[in-house]
Amino acid sequence: MVENRPFAQFMAYLTLALGVVIVAFPVYLAVMASTFDTATIINGNMPLVPGDQAAENYNRTLLYGGMHARQPVGGMMFNSMIMALGIAIGKILISILSAFAVVYFKFPFRKTAFWIIFITLMLPVEVRIYPTYKIVADLGLLDTYTGLVMPLIASATGTLLFRQFFMTIPDELLEASKIDGAGAFRFFKDTLLPLSMTTIAALFVIQFIYGWNQYLWPLLITTKSSMQTIVIGIKMMITTTDALTEWNVAMTTAVLAMLPPVLVVIFMQRLFVKGLVETEK
Amino acid sequence: MAGVTLDTVRKIYAGNVEAVKGVSLGIEDGSFCVLVGPSGCGKSTLLRMIAGLETISGGEVKIGDRVVNQVEPADRDIAMVFQNYALYPHMSVYDNMAYGLRNRGTPKDEIDKRVKEAARILAIESFLARKPRQLSGGQRQRVAMGRAIVRKPQVFLFDEPLSNLDAKLRVQMRVEIKRLQRALGVTSIYVTHDQVEAMTLSDKLVVMSGGQIEQVGTPSEVYRRPETRFVATFIGSPPMNILPGTVEGPGRVSVGGQSIAVTDMRDGLTPGSAIEVGLRPEDVQAGGTGASSLSMDVDFVEELGATQLFHGKVAGAEFIVQASTGQLPADTRQLTLAVDPGNVHLFDPQTTKRLGRV
Repeated sequence: MVENRPFAQFMAYLTLALGVVIVAFPVYLAVMASTFDTATIINGNMPLVPGDQAAENYNRTLLYGGMHARQPVGGMMFNSMIMALGIAIGKILISILSAFAVVYFKFPFRKTAFWIIFITLMLPVEVRIYPTYKIVADLGLLDTYTGLVMPLIASATGTLLFRQFFMTIPDELLEASKIDGAGAFRFFKDTLLPLSMTTIAALFVIQFIYGWNQYLWPLLITTKSSMQTIVIGIKMMITTTDALTEWNVAMTTAVLAMLPPVLVVIFMQRLFVKGLVETEK
Repeated sequence: MAGVTLDTVRKIYAGNVEAVKGVSLGIEDGSFCVLVGPSGCGKSTLLRMIAGLETISGGEVKIGDRVVNQVEPADRDIAMVFQNYALYPHMSVYDNMAYGLRNRGTPKDEIDKRVKEAARILAIESFLARKPRQLSGGQRQRVAMGRAIVRKPQVFLFDEPLSNLDAKLRVQMRVEIKRLQRALGVTSIYVTHDQVEAMTLSDKLVVMSGGQIEQVGTPSEVYRRPETRFVATFIGSPPMNILPGTVEGPGRVSVGGQSIAVTDMRDGLTPGSAIEVGLRPEDVQAGGTGASSLSMDVDFVEELGATQLFHGKVAGAEFIVQASTGQLPADTRQLTLAVDPGNVHLFDPQTTKRLGRV
């Protein structure tokens, strides 16, 4: 649309700017708060320019944790990282293989298998959380990385995404591979996998953030403080009934929690967008 | 090198749809065989059965002396060129050509030698490092052929390889394919719906319709002596005119009350019985006079440059006549057509088979 109406344009920019401010201001506040000491924040007159406690706050939070929740946030980040990476990579592996099976192999009940996968879209973690908890507990996987990661791996979204992508690959490519002497696995490795790179990147971004932001599941199955993830950590920093909340530590933790997803998005953005709008065959 | 033999080959799809209804065909070693027919006639299915991409429901496919019904496509010693080229988009031109050889464990220097040689033959040496998407349609087509050549197969299979190209390039590539096949001397089977491609490329032309072979022959045999009305109207452009007529006696038929002499006519046809009279647009002499003639009402004229096509009606049936430009005024409304008795084709209205001399 080409328009040249200064006032309308001004209003448009104003609206957009307002939106950005509404979204960005709390983030800015968190970043600022992570640069002051507790007292400055508590007295209610926190300046909106950076303070001088940044190094001290980050150092303390990462290595020691808060005064009440004495758990180094560095360890929590490590746990979160394992969980997010495990979920993202596990999901990609499982879903690319199941999509490969559903699209390229004829086996009895293929359609049924696909629909069962599809239906699980309607059952997010929260819905099936008690049975899942029971199973994980019976398997003795409470407080383990396996227990954190495995139940969240099965993914209808990923399978669907890969299935849709595989369907756009012309059949002739498979036939040419057959004539070129490539079996099913070689076709997967030499042709499908390289062509799926952008889809894999897109799925990785989505699933990494999904895994990183998990709250309810880690809350249920981790009891040891050494197994806690950073998202739970933030909550722990704030809930202190009989003492002052160390807002600087809580905010530092929040900023640290935001960092990895932001970095993943920034560095994989181009591949990510390409993966979602991929049309080239 | 090897020929290909088909013995009552059938393809029955789920739901009892018979796509190929018992085709028998012998393709000599080193010859260029073209399967032509309208879409859905089973020609592609037949080719894919030879390639091993479709299972064979009945009959036998032999490459050389070997029955290949149960042999994997990779082990049939064939190479195929697809309509959309089916190049691996993520591989360079070089890798596209080398892939099949690598999978076979061909030594590296041998692969390199063969790929370079194929690239030289096809004049794509300067593109070897590029990806398929950086190439034009014609160049992709060459790479697809290069991929077939490096394999040194016993049989080349072409599945409508030129239909994605523009008209000019199609003519150019057609000539190149023919030249290449002559130079390599590899048995080739080529599927197309384009009758010009079929006529120009083939040593052996196979016209198919409804899952069956209508006629097999050299292009000129098929053109000069079509065995069925289908072949008569399918081969040749513009298509042969078919007029309703009746038998007058030996060597004579009548069309709309006008009597025509015929050379190639079966003996013993009952006078007065209905018959179909086929005349090619290029075989009748517009404005000429001869032993037999027909009168035609002209509706309009199509200009093709060197020739003009007069569209109209003869004896109530649609009729097209081809004439050299300038031979007749464009506003001609009425034409007399001279008919050479040797150029008249007769068909049985019921069976649609040719009623020529036995």
